Amino acid sequence: MPQTQAYEAPRTLADAVRLLSTDGHARPLAGGTDLLVQSRATQKLPSTFVDLKRIPELVGIEVGPDGLRLGAATSAAVICEHAEARRLWPGLVEAIGLLGSTQIQGRASVGGNLCNGSPAADTTCSLIVNRARGVIAGAKGERTVEVERFTTGPGRTVLEPGDLLVALVVPRPAARTADAYLRLIPRSEMDIAAAGAAASVTLDERGVCTAARVAIGAVAPTALLVPAAADALIGSRLDDAALRRAADAASAAARPIDDKRGTAVYRKTVVGVLTRRAAGIAAERARARP
Amino acid sequence: MSTATKTFEHVGTRPIRHDGLDKVTGRANYGADYALPGMLHGYVVRSPHAHARIVSIDTSAAEAMAGVKAVVTGSDIPKTNAKLVMGEAALDLGAMGDNALAHDKALYEGHAVAAVAATSPEIASAAAEAIRVVYEPLQPVMNVDQALAPDALILHDGMVTKGRPKPDAPTRTNVALRMELTRGDLDKGFAGADVVIERTFTTPMVHQGYIEPHACVARWGEDGQVVVWTSTQGHFVVRDCCAGILGIDAARIKVIPSEIGGGFGGKIPVYLEPVAIALARKAHRPVKLVMSREDVFRASGPTSGTKIRVKLGAKKDGSFVAASASLYYEAGAYAGSPAGAGAMCAIAAYDIPNFLVEAYDIVVNRPKVAAYRAPGAPAAAFAVESVVDEVARRLGKDPIELRLQNAVREGDQAAYGPEFGPIGLREVLEAARCHPHWKAPLVPQPGRKVGRGVACGFWFNAGLNSSATVSLSADGSANVVTGNPDIGGTRVAQALMVSEELGIPVERVRPIVADTDSIGYNDVTGGSRVCYATGMAVIEAARDAQAQLRARAAKIWDVPVEQVGWERGRAIALNGASGREPLTVSELAAKLMHTGGPIIGSATVNAPMAGPAFGAHICDLEVDEDTGVSRVVRYTVVQDVGKAVHPSYVEGQMQGGASQGIGWALNEEYVYDAEGHLQNPGFLDYRMPVASDLPMIDTVIIEVANPLHPYGVRGVGEVPIVPPLAAVANAMHDATRVRFTALPLSPPRVLAALKQRG
Ligand SMILES: Cc1cc2nc3c(=O)[nH]c(=O)nc-3n(C[C@H](O)[C@H](O)[C@H](O)COP(=O)(O)OP(=O)(O)OC[C@H]3O[C@@H](n4cnc5c(N)ncnc54)[C@H](O)[C@@H]3O)c2cc1C
Repeated sequence: MPQTQAYEAPRTLADAVRLLSTDGHARPLAGGTDLLVQSRATQKLPSTFVDLKRIPELVGIEVGPDGLRLGAATSAAVICEHAEARRLWPGLVEAIGLLGSTQIQGRASVGGNLCNGSPAADTTCSLIVNRARGVIAGAKGERTVEVERFTTGPGRTVLEPGDLLVALVVPRPAARTADAYLRLIPRSEMDIAAAGAAASVTLDERGVCTAARVAIGAVAPTALLVPAAADALIGSRLDDAALRRAADAASAAARPIDDKRGTAVYRKTVVGVLTRRAAGIAAERARARP
Repeated sequence: MSTATKTFEHVGTRPIRHDGLDKVTGRANYGADYALPGMLHGYVVRSPHAHARIVSIDTSAAEAMAGVKAVVTGSDIPKTNAKLVMGEAALDLGAMGDNALAHDKALYEGHAVAAVAATSPEIASAAAEAIRVVYEPLQPVMNVDQALAPDALILHDGMVTKGRPKPDAPTRTNVALRMELTRGDLDKGFAGADVVIERTFTTPMVHQGYIEPHACVARWGEDGQVVVWTSTQGHFVVRDCCAGILGIDAARIKVIPSEIGGGFGGKIPVYLEPVAIALARKAHRPVKLVMSREDVFRASGPTSGTKIRVKLGAKKDGSFVAASASLYYEAGAYAGSPAGAGAMCAIAAYDIPNFLVEAYDIVVNRPKVAAYRAPGAPAAAFAVESVVDEVARRLGKDPIELRLQNAVREGDQAAYGPEFGPIGLREVLEAARCHPHWKAPLVPQPGRKVGRGVACGFWFNAGLNSSATVSLSADGSANVVTGNPDIGGTRVAQALMVSEELGIPVERVRPIVADTDSIGYNDVTGGSRVCYATGMAVIEAARDAQAQLRARAAKIWDVPVEQVGWERGRAIALNGASGREPLTVSELAAKLMHTGGPIIGSATVNAPMAGPAFGAHICDLEVDEDTGVSRVVRYTVVQDVGKAVHPSYVEGQMQGGASQGIGWALNEEYVYDAEGHLQNPGFLDYRMPVASDLPMIDTVIIEVANPLHPYGVRGVGEVPIVPPLAAVANAMHDATRVRFTALPLSPPRVLAALKQRG
C-alpha cells in the first residue's frame, strides 16, 4: 500500500541535500511532469516530495561572458523566453521548447529531463553537443559531470542517493559556431522521440568546419556522442557528401531496439537522416554568424 | 444545395447547446463524478495472461483485510444462455457476464477475474494484490491467421460456426459465424472483365479512444431495489443486461445515466455495472468502479483487426462487372465481430451485377470487440475503395467519374438486399467533383511528396425504438424528455424540433435525458439513430401537444376544433371561425389551468428502417520520403445527411468521424508482444491524432430528404468514419506510387515500403 507522503519545499540547497540524504525514499521534485505521472502509473509514491523550485541556485537562467548557467529546475517556458540564450544556442533552446505542450512547458525542467534518465529525453543531445556540464551537490560536496557521462542507462544516472543536480553550465560558443536539434515523432507533438539528433559546428572564415559535435538520442540505452560523425564533418565545407558521411556514421553508431515506438531498422535509418538535416541546419546558422 | 422542399424556421439554425456551458466550465457530471454516503471503492483484478485456465482463486487473505467489505469472482455471476434482442442483433448475456468476471478461462490480458470493494481506493488495490489466482497459461491465439491454422488452440470448446459454414469447415473451430451475399454468376462476370484487380488488405485492432473511461456507482437497497449511476450509451440496455446477467428482475433496477464523455459504440456493452451490483449486494453499501485508461485499452471493446481479400473486375468503359470479397474479422474473446456489417457495406455504393461477398467472425485472445462508429464498414471500405482507386488508375479514369459511373441510385437493389429509396450518393460525388479542393493544384513543400486521394463510404443507419414526451409549462416554455444519452448534440436538436412544431424559442425548451424509471423505453444512442428515430418521437410528441393546444383554442373561441389551424407557433382560426386573433403558445399556456389543465404530448416510435447514407472524402497528404512521416494537409468531407437539424453539430460529426478515420489510417494500432500482452495501453503510445496533426476539415452538407422522416433526417454520425482509411491510403499511393495494403501507414511501415520501391 502506498504510504502517506509528505511534501517539503526547502529554501536552501543545504536543507534539500539534508532532506534527501536522511531519507532514502524521498525524491526531488522539479516540474513533476515525469515524477508525478510515474508515481500515479506505478502507484508507488515516494515518502517525501522534495520540491526544488524554491531553492535560488536551482531556478533562473544567466548568460555571461563564460556562457550559460541554467538552474536545473528552471521551467522550459522561462528558458524559451530568454532572447540571448535563443540567439547563442538556438538548437538547445528549440529542444527545450519541444518538451510537451504549453501546459507542460510551464513546469518541465531541463534538470528533470536529464535526471529522469530517458534515452529519448529531448534536451540531452543538445546539451551534449554544446559541451554542457552538470553541477551536482550532495552530502560529500559539489562536483561537475559532463552531460555525455551523466546518464548511465535507461532511468539511471551518476546521481547518488542524496545528490541533486543544481545547474547546467554551457560554455559560450566560439565564433561562427551554431547548433541544431531534430527529433522524429509520428505525430506533430505530445509524443516521444523515436530518434533524435543534435549537431554543433564551428566554421573558419572560409567556411571550413574546424570543430563539430554530434549526439544521437533514443537509439541506444543512453544518448550517444558520436565522434565519427563529427570527424566526417570536420575539415569539410559541410557539403552534401560530408553531411551524408556524418549520417552514415550516426546510423552505424546507433544501437536501437524494436519496440512500440519504431523498429530498430527504422530508427537506425532515420537517426542518420536527422543527423544530416540537423548538421545542415547548424551549418546554415553558423554561416550566418559573424 | 438542398433537395428538401420543406422550409423551416428553427431547424437548420445553430443555437448554443443547452449542455454546452456546463461542459466547458467543468460543471457537467460524468460517470466518475458520483459519490454517495458510505460509498465503497472497487478494484478489479485482471488476468496477466492472454489465455489461461483459471485453476483456483483464493480470496481469503483479501477478505481478512481491514476495510475490505466484499470480494466477488466469476462464481457470483451466474452462467446463462440468455440473449437480449436489440434490433436485428442479439446481445449474448452469457458472454457479457463471463467478460465482466471470467468463470473458467481468462481469454485476454486484462480479463476481469475478481473484484474487491473497500473503504478506500488504496485498500481496494492492496486487497486486489492479496487475491491469489492460480492460472494454467495456454498458448494465446492472437490473430486471424493463428485462429484459422489447422492446429490452432480452440478458445471455446463446443463453438460451432453459425450462419453458412463451408461444407468442408472443421468441426472444432474459432470461427463463430460465416455469412455470404451473392448475386449473378461470378465466373461469367469476371470472364467479361477487361481489368481485374485482386488484393489482400489488413487493418489493426483500434480503439474508439473516448476521453471518459468507464465508470459507475451501484447501490443495492435493503428492499432489493438497485440503482446504478453510469456513463453509458443506453441505460435501458444497461438495466436489461444487468438483470439478465445477474438473474434479477429488471423491474428492480433503475439506471441513471450521467453525462457521457464519448462512446462511439464502446459504451453499449456493460463491463463494470454487473460487478458493482454484485459487490454492492455483498457489501450492503454503494460501490464505485472506475476504469483506468489502461483498463479501457485492455478490457473494454475496441474494434476488430481485419484481413480482407477483394477482387474487382471492370470493363474498359469503366463499368464494374464482378466483385468478390472475403472478410475475416477478429471478434476478440467472444463471438460478435462486425464482419457481417462489413460485408453488407463493402460494395453497397456500387451497382455490380455479379458478386460473392463472404465474411467470417473469428475469436482470438483479445478483448471482445464492441461497436465502433459504423462497425465493420471502415475496414471493408479501405479494401474496396483502394481497389476501386487502382481500377481507375489502370483504366486511366478519373476516380470520381468511375465511382459516379457505377454508383447506386434510387430503385437499385442494394448488394445487402433491400431496394434503395431516395439516396444521395450521386449528389455527394457530384459535389466532391465540383469542390475547389478536387481541382486545386497539388504543391509539395520542398523535400516532400504530395498526393490526393478520394474514397466513398456507406452506412445503413438504424431506426429502432424510442419514446418522448413534451410537456408545456404555464409560462409557455416546455420540457422535452427522452431516454437517449446525448453524445453528439442530440438534446439541442430535439429542442429545435419542439421549437419548429410549437413555435417556442429554443432556449425556452428544456431537453432532458431521463432515467429508466422516468420515460418510456429507448434503444441505445447508437446507429446514428437518435436525431432520426428519437427525433421522430419528439416531433410526434410535439404534434400531440400541438393538437391539444388547438383543442384549447377551440374551447376559448368556442368553435369546433376542425376550425383551428396551427401556423408558426400560433393557433389560427380557419374559415368558419374567421375574425378571431391568433393565439400564441404563450397566450394558450397562460390559460392552461382554465382550459383543461396541463398538457403533455407523448409518442413512441418503432422504426424498423432508417435512411441509408453516403459520403465522399478528399484527402491531400504530404510525405517525407526520407523518414516516412506523413501529414494530412487538406481534407474535405462531403456527406448526404438528409436534413441538418443543427448544422454545427452535423459538421462536428463529419469532422470527428474523419479525424478518427485519419488516426486509424496513419498511426493507431494495438501492439501486442508474442505472449499477447498489450504494449501500448495509453494515449502516449496509442497514437490518436492530436489537434495539431490535422488541418481544418472542410465539410459540405448535402440534403437529399429521407422520406421516412418528417423533416428528411438521415443518420449522420457514422458515415464519416467509413471513407478516411481508403482516402488517406489512396492519397499515399498518389504521392509515393506505392499501394499500401496494411494499416496503419506509420512512418516505419511507409519508409520500409519506399525502400522496397527504390
Ligand atoms: C504530456 C507530456 C509530454 C511530454 N513531452 C516530452 C517531450 O516532448 N520530450 C521529452 O523529452 N519529455 C517529455 N515529457 C517528459 C517530461 O516532461 C520531461 O522529461 C521534463 O523535462 C521533466 O522535467 P520535470 O521538471 O517535470 O521533472 P520531474 O518530473 O520533476 O523529475 C523527473 C525526475 O528527475 C528527478 N529530478 C528532477 N530534478 C532533479 C534535480 N535537480 N536533481 C536530481 N533529481 C532531479 C526527479 O526526482 C524525477 O526522478 C513529457 C511529459 C508529459 C507529461
